[in-house]
Amino acid sequence: MEGVERERRNRYTTVSIPVPLYERIKSLIAGTGFTSVSQFVTYVLRDIVSEMEKQKVQDAVSEEERKEIVEKLRRLGYL
Amino acid sequence: MAAPPHGGRLVNRVARGARAERLAGEANDVPTIELSEVQAYDVANIAHGVYSPLEGFLTENDYVSVLKEGRLSNDLPWTIPVVLDVEQPLARELLGSDVALSLNGVRFAIMNIEDAYVWDKKEMAAKVFGTADPSHPGVQLVMSSKGQVLVGGKVEQFVELPEPFERYRLWPKETRVLFEQLGWRTIAAFQTRNAPHMGHEYIMKSALSFVDGLLINPLVGWKKPGDFRDEAIVTAYEALLNNYFPRQSYVFSVLRMPMRYAGPREAVHHAIVRKNFGATHMIVGRDHAGVEGFYGPYDAWKEFEKYPDLGITPLFLREAFYCSKCGGIVNEKICPHDESYRVRISGTEIRKALLRGEVPPPTMMRPEVARVLLSMRDKLFV
Repeated sequence: MEGVERERRNRYTTVSIPVPLYERIKSLIAGTGFTSVSQFVTYVLRDIVSEMEKQKVQDAVSEEERKEIVEKLRRLGYL
Repeated sequence: MAAPPHGGRLVNRVARGARAERLAGEANDVPTIELSEVQAYDVANIAHGVYSPLEGFLTENDYVSVLKEGRLSNDLPWTIPVVLDVEQPLARELLGSDVALSLNGVRFAIMNIEDAYVWDKKEMAAKVFGTADPSHPGVQLVMSSKGQVLVGGKVEQFVELPEPFERYRLWPKETRVLFEQLGWRTIAAFQTRNAPHMGHEYIMKSALSFVDGLLINPLVGWKKPGDFRDEAIVTAYEALLNNYFPRQSYVFSVLRMPMRYAGPREAVHHAIVRKNFGATHMIVGRDHAGVEGFYGPYDAWKEFEKYPDLGITPLFLREAFYCSKCGGIVNEKICPHDESYRVRISGTEIRKALLRGEVPPPTMMRPEVARVLLSMRDKLFV
Protein backbone atom coordinates (compact mmCIF):
# COMPACT_ATOMS: atom_id res chain seq x y z
CA MET A 1 0.00 0.00 0.00
CA GLU A 2 2.82 2.39 0.91
CA GLY A 3 4.46 1.68 -2.44
CA VAL A 4 1.24 2.44 -4.30
CA GLU A 5 0.83 5.72 -2.41
CA ARG A 6 4.44 6.69 -3.10
CA GLU A 7 3.97 5.95 -6.81
CA ARG A 8 0.81 8.03 -6.85
CA ARG A 9 2.64 10.96 -5.25
CA ASN A 10 5.35 10.68 -7.89
CA ARG A 11 2.87 10.67 -10.76
CA TYR A 12 0.25 13.17 -9.62
CA THR A 13 0.18 16.63 -8.11
CA THR A 14 -2.55 18.91 -6.75
CA VAL A 15 -3.95 21.94 -8.57
CA SER A 16 -6.50 24.17 -6.87
CA ILE A 17 -9.72 25.11 -8.58
CA PRO A 18 -12.68 27.03 -7.09
CA VAL A 19 -15.09 24.81 -5.19
CA PRO A 20 -18.14 25.97 -7.20
CA LEU A 21 -16.35 25.03 -10.41
CA TYR A 22 -15.48 21.66 -8.93
CA GLU A 23 -19.16 21.14 -8.10
CA ARG A 24 -20.27 22.19 -11.58
CA ILE A 25 -17.87 19.73 -13.17
CA LYS A 26 -18.96 17.01 -10.77
CA SER A 27 -22.58 17.36 -11.78
CA LEU A 28 -21.64 17.78 -15.47
CA ILE A 29 -19.77 14.46 -15.63
CA ALA A 30 -22.38 12.42 -13.78
CA GLY A 31 -23.43 9.57 -16.04
CA THR A 32 -20.64 10.16 -18.55
CA GLY A 33 -17.54 7.99 -18.98
CA PHE A 34 -15.56 10.26 -16.64
CA THR A 35 -15.22 8.71 -13.20
CA SER A 36 -13.80 11.74 -11.35
CA VAL A 37 -13.35 15.50 -11.63
CA SER A 38 -9.59 14.94 -11.81
CA GLN A 39 -10.00 12.64 -14.78
CA PHE A 40 -12.17 15.21 -16.58
CA VAL A 41 -9.83 18.11 -15.83
CA THR A 42 -6.83 16.06 -17.02
CA TYR A 43 -8.66 15.25 -20.25
CA VAL A 44 -9.60 18.87 -20.94
CA LEU A 45 -6.15 20.19 -20.08
CA ARG A 46 -4.44 17.66 -22.34
CA ASP A 47 -6.67 18.79 -25.18
CA ILE A 48 -5.92 22.48 -24.61
CA VAL A 49 -2.21 22.06 -23.91
CA SER A 50 -1.65 20.02 -27.08
CA GLU A 51 -3.34 22.75 -29.13
CA MET A 52 -1.11 25.40 -27.54
CA GLU A 53 2.01 23.31 -28.12
CA LYS A 54 1.30 23.30 -31.85
CA GLN A 55 2.41 26.95 -31.90
CA LYS A 56 5.90 25.94 -30.81
CA VAL A 57 6.72 23.56 -33.62
CA GLN A 58 10.28 23.67 -34.95
CA ASP A 59 11.03 23.24 -38.65
CA ALA A 60 13.57 20.43 -39.02
CA VAL A 61 14.48 21.01 -42.67
CA SER A 62 16.98 23.62 -43.84
CA GLU A 63 16.56 25.38 -47.20
CA GLU A 64 19.43 23.40 -48.69
CA GLU A 65 17.93 20.13 -47.50
CA ARG A 66 14.53 21.13 -48.83
CA LYS A 67 16.03 21.60 -52.30
CA GLU A 68 17.65 18.15 -52.13
CA ILE A 69 14.37 16.58 -51.06
CA VAL A 70 12.41 18.30 -53.84
CA GLU A 71 15.00 17.03 -56.33
CA LYS A 72 14.66 13.48 -55.00
CA LEU A 73 10.85 13.69 -55.09
CA ARG A 74 11.01 14.82 -58.74
CA ARG A 75 13.40 12.00 -59.59
CA LEU A 76 11.04 9.46 -58.04
CA GLY A 77 8.05 10.90 -59.87
CA TYR A 78 6.22 12.24 -56.84
CA LEU A 79 6.41 15.78 -58.21
CA MET B 1 -0.56 22.47 -43.47
CA ALA B 2 0.86 19.09 -42.42
CA ALA B 3 0.31 18.03 -38.81
CA PRO B 4 3.14 19.09 -36.49
CA PRO B 5 5.40 16.19 -35.48
CA HIS B 6 4.48 14.36 -32.30
CA GLY B 7 6.12 16.26 -29.45
CA GLY B 8 6.68 19.36 -31.59
CA ARG B 9 9.99 18.46 -33.24
CA LEU B 10 10.82 15.94 -35.93
CA VAL B 11 13.66 13.83 -34.60
CA ASN B 12 16.71 13.55 -36.82
CA ARG B 13 19.36 11.13 -35.59
CA VAL B 14 20.91 10.44 -38.97
CA ALA B 15 24.57 11.39 -39.30
CA ARG B 16 25.80 12.60 -42.67
CA GLY B 17 29.16 13.49 -44.23
CA ALA B 18 32.11 13.86 -41.89
CA ARG B 19 30.08 13.00 -38.82
CA ALA B 20 28.89 9.74 -40.39
CA GLU B 21 32.50 8.87 -41.22
CA ARG B 22 33.62 9.63 -37.67
CA LEU B 23 30.84 7.49 -36.16
CA ALA B 24 31.65 4.64 -38.54
CA GLY B 25 35.25 4.80 -37.29
CA GLU B 26 34.15 4.87 -33.65
CA ALA B 27 31.84 1.92 -34.23
CA ASN B 28 34.90 -0.21 -35.00
CA ASP B 29 36.33 0.46 -31.54
CA VAL B 30 33.30 -0.35 -29.36
CA PRO B 31 31.38 -3.56 -28.65
CA THR B 32 28.78 -4.53 -31.23
CA ILE B 33 25.22 -5.75 -30.73
CA GLU B 34 23.85 -7.70 -33.68
CA LEU B 35 20.18 -6.82 -34.16
CA SER B 36 17.28 -8.67 -35.67
CA GLU B 37 15.70 -7.13 -38.74
CA VAL B 38 12.76 -5.83 -36.69
CA GLN B 39 15.10 -4.15 -34.18
CA ALA B 40 17.35 -2.71 -36.88
CA TYR B 41 14.48 -1.05 -38.73
CA ASP B 42 13.21 0.29 -35.40
CA VAL B 43 16.58 2.07 -35.16
CA ALA B 44 16.12 3.49 -38.66
CA ASN B 45 12.59 4.62 -37.80
CA ILE B 46 13.81 6.33 -34.65
CA ALA B 47 16.69 8.01 -36.48
CA HIS B 48 14.47 9.32 -39.30
CA GLY B 49 11.79 10.70 -37.01
CA VAL B 50 9.10 8.10 -37.75
CA TYR B 51 8.87 7.53 -33.99
CA SER B 52 9.31 11.20 -32.94
CA PRO B 53 9.74 12.19 -30.15
CA LEU B 54 11.73 9.02 -29.41
CA GLU B 55 15.46 9.50 -29.89
CA GLY B 56 16.32 5.98 -28.86
CA PHE B 57 15.00 2.79 -27.33
CA LEU B 58 12.84 3.35 -24.26
CA THR B 59 14.46 3.81 -20.88
CA GLU B 60 12.73 2.26 -17.86
CA ASN B 61 10.72 5.35 -16.84
CA ASP B 62 9.22 5.63 -20.29
CA TYR B 63 8.73 1.88 -20.61
CA VAL B 64 6.77 1.65 -17.35
CA SER B 65 4.74 4.71 -18.24
CA VAL B 66 3.90 3.39 -21.72
CA LEU B 67 2.73 0.08 -20.29
CA LYS B 68 0.66 1.61 -17.48
CA GLU B 69 -0.63 4.82 -19.00
CA GLY B 70 -0.21 4.52 -22.76
CA ARG B 71 1.95 7.64 -22.47
CA LEU B 72 5.63 8.52 -22.24
CA SER B 73 6.86 9.78 -18.87
CA ASN B 74 6.47 13.36 -20.20
CA ASP B 75 2.72 12.65 -20.70
CA LEU B 76 2.81 12.44 -24.51
CA PRO B 77 0.59 9.69 -25.92
CA TRP B 78 2.64 6.60 -26.81
CA THR B 79 1.13 3.14 -26.82
CA ILE B 80 3.64 0.62 -28.19
CA PRO B 81 6.98 0.11 -26.39
CA VAL B 82 9.93 0.40 -28.75
CA VAL B 83 12.52 -1.64 -26.90
CA LEU B 84 15.79 -3.48 -27.34
CA ASP B 85 16.41 -6.71 -25.43
CA VAL B 86 19.87 -8.10 -24.72
CA GLU B 87 21.39 -10.86 -22.60
CA GLN B 88 21.81 -9.88 -18.93
CA PRO B 89 25.63 -10.18 -18.63
CA LEU B 90 26.03 -8.07 -21.75
CA ALA B 91 23.72 -5.34 -20.40
CA ARG B 92 25.68 -5.12 -17.15
CA GLU B 93 28.93 -4.81 -19.05
CA LEU B 94 27.69 -2.15 -21.46
CA LEU B 95 25.75 0.17 -19.16
CA GLY B 96 26.93 3.76 -19.57
CA SER B 97 28.93 3.12 -22.72
CA ASP B 98 28.52 3.38 -26.48
CA VAL B 99 27.88 0.30 -28.60
CA ALA B 100 27.70 -0.25 -32.31
CA LEU B 101 24.51 -1.73 -33.72
CA SER B 102 24.77 -4.06 -36.67
CA LEU B 103 22.49 -5.92 -39.06
CA ASN B 104 23.85 -8.99 -40.83
CA GLY B 105 27.31 -8.03 -39.62
CA VAL B 106 27.20 -4.49 -41.00
CA ARG B 107 27.54 -1.76 -38.37
CA PHE B 108 25.07 1.01 -39.11
CA ALA B 109 24.38 2.93 -35.89
CA ILE B 110 25.76 3.88 -32.51
CA MET B 111 23.78 3.65 -29.29
CA ASN B 112 24.57 5.04 -25.88
CA ILE B 113 23.33 2.59 -23.26
CA GLU B 114 21.77 4.93 -20.67
CA ASP B 115 19.67 2.38 -18.89
CA ALA B 116 19.32 -1.38 -18.46
CA TYR B 117 16.35 -2.99 -16.74
CA VAL B 118 14.70 -6.35 -16.36
CA TRP B 119 11.43 -6.84 -18.18
CA ASP B 120 8.55 -9.19 -17.72
CA LYS B 121 7.56 -10.33 -21.20
CA LYS B 122 4.21 -11.66 -20.06
CA GLU B 123 3.36 -8.38 -18.36
CA MET B 124 4.29 -6.46 -21.46
CA ALA B 125 2.16 -8.75 -23.62
CA ALA B 126 -0.81 -8.45 -21.30
CA LYS B 127 -0.63 -4.64 -21.23
CA VAL B 128 0.09 -4.05 -24.90
CA PHE B 129 -1.95 -6.80 -26.52
CA GLY B 130 -4.56 -7.19 -23.79
CA THR B 131 -3.64 -10.88 -23.67
CA ALA B 132 -0.69 -13.16 -23.04
CA ASP B 133 -2.25 -15.91 -25.15
CA PRO B 134 0.63 -17.57 -26.99
CA SER B 135 -1.51 -18.04 -30.10
CA HIS B 136 -1.55 -14.23 -30.61
CA PRO B 137 1.14 -13.46 -33.25
CA GLY B 138 2.27 -10.26 -31.51
CA VAL B 139 2.58 -12.08 -28.20
CA GLN B 140 4.61 -14.77 -29.97
CA LEU B 141 6.98 -12.12 -31.30
CA VAL B 142 7.50 -10.69 -27.80
CA MET B 143 7.88 -14.09 -26.13
CA SER B 144 10.47 -15.14 -28.72
CA SER B 145 12.75 -12.27 -27.61
CA LYS B 146 15.86 -13.84 -26.13
CA GLY B 147 17.21 -11.05 -23.91
CA GLN B 148 16.24 -10.89 -20.24
CA VAL B 149 17.11 -7.21 -20.03
CA LEU B 150 16.00 -4.14 -21.98
CA VAL B 151 18.50 -1.43 -22.76
CA GLY B 152 17.46 2.15 -23.39
CA GLY B 153 19.30 5.11 -24.84
CA LYS B 154 19.74 7.39 -27.84
CA VAL B 155 20.77 6.07 -31.22
CA GLU B 156 22.49 7.70 -34.15
CA GLN B 157 22.49 6.07 -37.57
CA PHE B 158 25.40 6.52 -39.96
CA VAL B 159 24.61 3.98 -42.70
CA GLU B 160 21.22 3.61 -44.41
CA LEU B 161 19.66 0.17 -44.20
CA PRO B 162 18.71 -1.54 -47.45
CA GLU B 163 15.16 -1.14 -48.73
CA PRO B 164 13.97 -3.46 -51.52
CA PHE B 165 11.27 -0.90 -52.36
CA GLU B 166 13.65 2.07 -52.40
CA ARG B 167 11.55 3.73 -55.05
CA TYR B 168 8.70 3.94 -52.55
CA ARG B 169 10.66 4.73 -49.38
CA LEU B 170 9.91 8.19 -48.07
CA TRP B 171 10.86 9.47 -44.63
CA PRO B 172 8.75 11.95 -42.64
CA LYS B 173 10.80 15.00 -43.57
CA GLU B 174 10.35 14.04 -47.23
CA THR B 175 6.59 13.53 -47.08
CA ARG B 176 6.29 16.83 -45.24
CA VAL B 177 8.09 18.67 -48.02
CA LEU B 178 6.06 16.73 -50.57
CA PHE B 179 2.72 17.73 -49.01
CA GLU B 180 3.87 21.33 -48.90
CA GLN B 181 4.86 21.20 -52.59
CA LEU B 182 1.53 19.63 -53.51
CA GLY B 183 -0.30 22.33 -51.57
CA TRP B 184 -2.10 19.78 -49.40
CA ARG B 185 -3.37 21.11 -46.08
CA THR B 186 -5.35 18.03 -45.07
CA ILE B 187 -3.95 14.56 -45.54
CA ALA B 188 -5.64 11.28 -44.59
CA ALA B 189 -3.30 8.38 -43.93
CA PHE B 190 -4.27 4.85 -44.80
CA GLN B 191 -2.46 2.05 -42.99
CA THR B 192 -2.54 -1.39 -44.53
CA ARG B 193 -0.91 -4.81 -44.42
CA ASN B 194 -3.02 -6.30 -47.20
CA ALA B 195 -3.42 -6.35 -50.93
CA PRO B 196 -6.29 -3.94 -51.62
CA HIS B 197 -9.85 -5.13 -52.06
CA MET B 198 -13.01 -3.16 -52.82
CA GLY B 199 -13.58 -2.35 -49.15
CA HIS B 200 -10.17 -0.73 -48.85
CA GLU B 201 -10.75 1.28 -52.01
CA TYR B 202 -14.12 2.43 -50.68
CA ILE B 203 -12.81 3.71 -47.36
CA MET B 204 -9.82 5.41 -48.97
CA LYS B 205 -12.07 7.19 -51.45
CA SER B 206 -14.57 8.07 -48.73
CA ALA B 207 -11.77 9.82 -46.84
CA LEU B 208 -10.43 11.40 -50.01
CA SER B 209 -13.80 13.02 -50.62
CA PHE B 210 -13.13 15.55 -47.91
CA VAL B 211 -9.34 15.87 -47.59
CA ASP B 212 -6.78 17.23 -50.04
CA GLY B 213 -4.86 14.00 -50.46
CA LEU B 214 -4.20 10.46 -49.28
CA LEU B 215 -1.03 9.01 -47.82
CA ILE B 216 -1.27 5.30 -48.64
CA ASN B 217 1.33 3.74 -46.42
CA PRO B 218 1.47 -0.06 -46.33
CA LEU B 219 3.64 -1.77 -43.77
CA VAL B 220 6.41 -3.92 -45.17
CA GLY B 221 8.57 -6.19 -43.07
CA TRP B 222 7.71 -8.76 -40.44
CA LYS B 223 4.20 -10.20 -40.62
CA LYS B 224 2.53 -13.38 -39.47
CA PRO B 225 2.37 -16.48 -41.67
CA GLY B 226 -0.58 -16.34 -44.05
CA ASP B 227 -0.40 -12.56 -44.58
CA PHE B 228 0.33 -11.16 -48.04
CA ARG B 229 4.02 -10.84 -48.86
CA ASP B 230 5.41 -7.35 -49.35
CA GLU B 231 5.90 -7.78 -53.11
CA ALA B 232 2.27 -8.80 -53.50
CA ILE B 233 1.02 -5.79 -51.55
CA VAL B 234 3.11 -3.27 -53.47
CA THR B 235 2.33 -4.77 -56.89
CA ALA B 236 -1.39 -4.96 -56.12
CA TYR B 237 -1.44 -1.32 -55.06
CA GLU B 238 0.32 -0.27 -58.22
CA ALA B 239 -2.44 -2.01 -60.21
CA LEU B 240 -5.20 -0.39 -58.19
CA LEU B 241 -3.76 3.12 -58.14
CA ASN B 242 -2.82 3.17 -61.82
CA ASN B 243 -6.33 2.18 -62.83
CA TYR B 244 -8.68 3.72 -60.28
CA PHE B 245 -7.18 6.74 -58.51
CA PRO B 246 -6.48 10.23 -59.90
CA ARG B 247 -2.67 10.58 -59.96
CA GLN B 248 -2.65 13.84 -58.01
CA SER B 249 -4.84 12.52 -55.21
CA TYR B 250 -2.43 10.21 -53.39
CA VAL B 251 1.09 9.58 -52.23
CA PHE B 252 2.06 5.93 -52.07
CA SER B 253 5.04 5.00 -49.92
CA VAL B 254 6.04 2.00 -47.85
CA LEU B 255 6.93 1.91 -44.19
CA ARG B 256 9.21 -0.84 -42.92
CA MET B 257 7.74 -1.42 -39.51
CA PRO B 258 6.60 -4.71 -37.97
CA MET B 259 2.91 -5.42 -37.75
CA ARG B 260 2.25 -6.23 -34.10
CA TYR B 261 -1.48 -7.03 -34.27
CA ALA B 262 -2.00 -5.12 -31.00
CA GLY B 263 -5.46 -3.89 -32.00
CA PRO B 264 -6.51 -0.71 -30.15
CA ARG B 265 -3.07 0.27 -28.89
CA GLU B 266 -1.53 -0.30 -32.28
CA ALA B 267 -4.22 1.76 -33.98
CA VAL B 268 -3.14 4.75 -31.87
CA HIS B 269 0.51 3.96 -32.62
CA HIS B 270 -0.26 3.90 -36.35
CA ALA B 271 -1.88 7.31 -36.01
CA ILE B 272 1.10 8.81 -34.15
CA VAL B 273 3.51 7.49 -36.75
CA ARG B 274 1.43 8.90 -39.63
CA LYS B 275 1.19 12.23 -37.80
CA ASN B 276 4.98 12.30 -37.96
CA PHE B 277 4.74 11.84 -41.71
CA GLY B 278 2.52 14.94 -41.72
CA ALA B 279 -0.93 13.34 -41.95
CA THR B 280 -3.72 15.37 -40.36
CA HIS B 281 -6.23 12.50 -40.39
CA MET B 282 -5.94 8.76 -39.85
CA ILE B 283 -8.33 6.26 -41.35
CA VAL B 284 -9.37 3.74 -38.71
CA GLY B 285 -11.50 0.94 -40.02
CA ARG B 286 -13.10 -2.14 -38.59
CA ASP B 287 -10.83 -4.21 -36.32
CA HIS B 288 -7.85 -1.99 -37.05
CA ALA B 289 -4.59 -3.90 -36.40
CA GLY B 290 -6.63 -6.74 -34.93
CA VAL B 291 -6.19 -10.43 -35.42
CA GLU B 292 -8.37 -13.53 -35.27
CA GLY B 293 -11.06 -12.36 -32.88
CA PHE B 294 -8.77 -11.01 -30.14
CA TYR B 295 -10.44 -7.58 -30.24
CA GLY B 296 -13.95 -6.32 -30.78
CA PRO B 297 -14.58 -4.93 -34.30
CA TYR B 298 -14.62 -1.32 -33.12
CA ASP B 299 -12.44 -1.48 -29.97
CA ALA B 300 -9.81 0.62 -31.70
CA TRP B 301 -12.29 3.48 -32.10
CA LYS B 302 -12.85 3.56 -28.33
CA GLU B 303 -9.12 3.66 -27.65
CA PHE B 304 -8.88 7.06 -29.34
CA GLU B 305 -11.21 8.52 -26.70
CA LYS B 306 -8.33 8.32 -24.21
CA TYR B 307 -6.22 10.71 -26.26
CA PRO B 308 -7.67 14.19 -26.76
CA ASP B 309 -4.09 15.38 -27.25
CA LEU B 310 -3.14 13.02 -30.08
CA GLY B 311 -2.85 15.81 -32.65
CA ILE B 312 -4.23 13.77 -35.54
CA THR B 313 -7.92 13.30 -36.24
CA PRO B 314 -9.15 9.72 -36.55
CA LEU B 315 -11.61 9.04 -39.35
CA PHE B 316 -13.75 6.17 -38.21
CA LEU B 317 -15.00 4.27 -41.23
CA ARG B 318 -17.31 1.30 -41.00
CA GLU B 319 -16.92 -2.03 -42.70
CA ALA B 320 -17.77 -1.83 -46.40
CA PHE B 321 -19.74 -4.40 -48.36
CA TYR B 322 -21.42 -4.75 -51.73
CA CYS B 323 -25.19 -4.26 -51.81
CA SER B 324 -26.91 -5.60 -54.92
CA LYS B 325 -29.93 -3.35 -54.33
CA CYS B 326 -27.80 -0.19 -53.93
CA GLY B 327 -25.66 -1.42 -56.79
CA GLY B 328 -22.33 -0.60 -55.23
CA ILE B 329 -20.00 -0.70 -52.25
CA VAL B 330 -21.64 0.83 -49.18
CA ASN B 331 -21.63 0.52 -45.41
CA GLU B 332 -24.34 -0.19 -42.87
CA LYS B 333 -24.84 3.48 -42.12
CA ILE B 334 -25.86 4.34 -45.65
CA CYS B 335 -27.49 1.13 -46.87
CA PRO B 336 -31.07 0.37 -45.76
CA HIS B 337 -31.22 -3.12 -47.27
CA ASP B 338 -31.12 -6.40 -45.44
CA GLU B 339 -28.49 -9.09 -45.40
CA SER B 340 -29.98 -10.93 -48.40
CA TYR B 341 -28.75 -8.10 -50.67
CA ARG B 342 -25.33 -7.82 -49.09
CA VAL B 343 -22.11 -9.48 -50.18
CA ARG B 344 -19.45 -9.31 -47.45
CA ILE B 345 -15.94 -8.59 -48.64
CA SER B 346 -14.08 -11.46 -47.11
CA GLY B 347 -10.28 -11.50 -47.02
CA THR B 348 -10.44 -15.23 -46.39
CA GLU B 349 -12.60 -15.81 -49.49
CA ILE B 350 -10.29 -13.66 -51.58
CA ARG B 351 -7.25 -15.64 -50.43
CA LYS B 352 -8.95 -18.95 -51.13
CA ALA B 353 -9.93 -17.86 -54.64
CA LEU B 354 -6.40 -16.66 -55.38
CA LEU B 355 -4.93 -19.93 -54.12
CA ARG B 356 -7.28 -21.84 -56.42
CA GLY B 357 -6.01 -19.70 -59.27
CA GLU B 358 -9.34 -17.92 -59.67
CA VAL B 359 -10.16 -14.23 -59.98
CA PRO B 360 -12.24 -13.25 -56.91
CA PRO B 361 -15.68 -11.74 -57.67
CA PRO B 362 -15.53 -8.10 -58.89
CA THR B 363 -17.67 -7.15 -55.89
CA MET B 364 -14.66 -8.03 -53.74
CA MET B 365 -11.57 -7.21 -55.78
CA ARG B 366 -10.74 -5.24 -58.92
CA PRO B 367 -9.87 -7.67 -61.74
CA GLU B 368 -6.67 -5.73 -62.51
CA VAL B 369 -5.55 -6.28 -58.91
CA ALA B 370 -6.59 -9.92 -58.92
CA ARG B 371 -4.70 -10.58 -62.17
CA VAL B 372 -1.38 -9.25 -60.89
CA LEU B 373 -1.81 -11.25 -57.70
CA LEU B 374 -2.55 -14.40 -59.67
CA SER B 375 0.57 -13.83 -61.74
CA MET B 376 2.60 -14.21 -58.51
CA ARG B 377 0.46 -16.99 -57.11
CA ASP B 378 3.34 -19.05 -55.68
CA LYS B 379 4.76 -16.06 -53.82
CA LEU B 380 1.61 -14.44 -52.50
CA PHE B 381 1.76 -15.23 -48.80
CA VAL B 382 4.27 -15.21 -45.96
